Amino acid sequence: MPVKVLDFWASPFGVRVRVALAEKGVSYESQEEDLFGGKSDLLLQSNPIYEKVPVLLHDDKPVLESSNIVYYIDETWPSPKLLPASSYDRSRARFWTDFIDKKVYDAGRNIWMGKGAEVEAAKDEFIDVLKKLEGALGNREYYGGDQFGFLDIIFVSLSCWFPTYEKYGGFKVEEETPKIAAWLKKCYKRETVAKSMPDSQKVIEFVGMMRKMHGIE
Amino acid sequence: MEEIPNKLRLYGTEASPYVRRVIWALKIKGIEYDFVQEDLSNKSPSLLRYNPINKTVPVLVHAGKAIAESVVILEYIEETWPDPTPLLPEHPYERAMARFWIAYGDQKQHHVFHSFLACSEEGKEKAAKDLMEMLKIVQDEALGDQKFFGGNTLSLVDLCYGWLTSLKYVERVVGVRVLEPTTLPKLHRWMQDFSEEPLVKENLPDLEAKLPELETLRKHLMSTNK
Repeated sequence: MPVKVLDFWASPFGVRVRVALAEKGVSYESQEEDLFGGKSDLLLQSNPIYEKVPVLLHDDKPVLESSNIVYYIDETWPSPKLLPASSYDRSRARFWTDFIDKKVYDAGRNIWMGKGAEVEAAKDEFIDVLKKLEGALGNREYYGGDQFGFLDIIFVSLSCWFPTYEKYGGFKVEEETPKIAAWLKKCYKRETVAKSMPDSQKVIEFVGMMRKMHGIE
Repeated sequence: MEEIPNKLRLYGTEASPYVRRVIWALKIKGIEYDFVQEDLSNKSPSLLRYNPINKTVPVLVHAGKAIAESVVILEYIEETWPDPTPLLPEHPYERAMARFWIAYGDQKQHHVFHSFLACSEEGKEKAAKDLMEMLKIVQDEALGDQKFFGGNTLSLVDLCYGWLTSLKYVERVVGVRVLEPTTLPKLHRWMQDFSEEPLVKENLPDLEAKLPELETLRKHLMSTNK
């Protein structure tokens, strides 16, 4: 059954789907969406409510929302397992996935979209979110324990925008949350992650363009 | 309170729809638990210890381990006690759709519902229309002609839209109707069928007593909404 992904190169949410499929060894067709020039009919039909990427089409049936897609990928292609083995550990993965989804991208966005004093406040909030996530990692190798897993995928994907937040917020992830910086370095060595992440310099340029569009610079 | 190793303990409030969905899941599955009533203006040390990140209800404690966030709790309950009453479909695609509609309801509900409760007298027709449009999407795309969101039997999606059984109290306080047989016929019929399910009916929240509080809340939100 064919697999197609509607994606956008800079989307950290798209990265999640790329990494998950790569971890499972699933081949798929990737369709790059032009989010500014005109979304494809397929995207608008598959995701009429949100009109957003990523969308996974499995045998033409759309699965929406990146975390939801990763759960679906894990359930459909069982090996290797991305979610941890015990029910309780799975509930921890779900809890932190929910936390990451609600907090990280929006806190980061407030940094690069912010004006004046808003930027400092947004930076403080972002660092607070990172510190909580650093606490969740504890002394583990990965969020998944000894193995790279579900929660690692959910979080590492967003890090391609961290250099952008660092630039506009005036801070360094390595200084504020060294354990997260170390965990990121480990993840980037993984082939599935390295080949799925966009170039962070290109993301910075992309965000620079968006700031101009929004009249921030 | 001392720990009871293998028992289940649920920290919650009477009025929270997020707590209520967990209660329904436990009751439908016939799982025994202790209920600890929290006063959210004076949270217990246990609650803060079990949920230090979000500091809120519901929290489920099972064999000493705490699970927070209602949807996370529901998935945990479903995994731990799948039989004899499963509340999620078996097929991954249908599960993905169920999770999508739960997330849609929770994302949209909070915002639109809040706007509805906080709307001005002049703005209430528009606020009601906005809420109705959101609910129409759920009715047409998620429910369709099925008896329940889960088909012939209840699913987690039904439990997560169960707050609609309490919408009448908010409609009363705001002074405008939203969920009616004329405006949302299928969803209205679903709401009645859902309320009549025995284990739901026996466990509907007692909100009549909360009406004065709801009126006070509305006045407060209206004044800060200017």
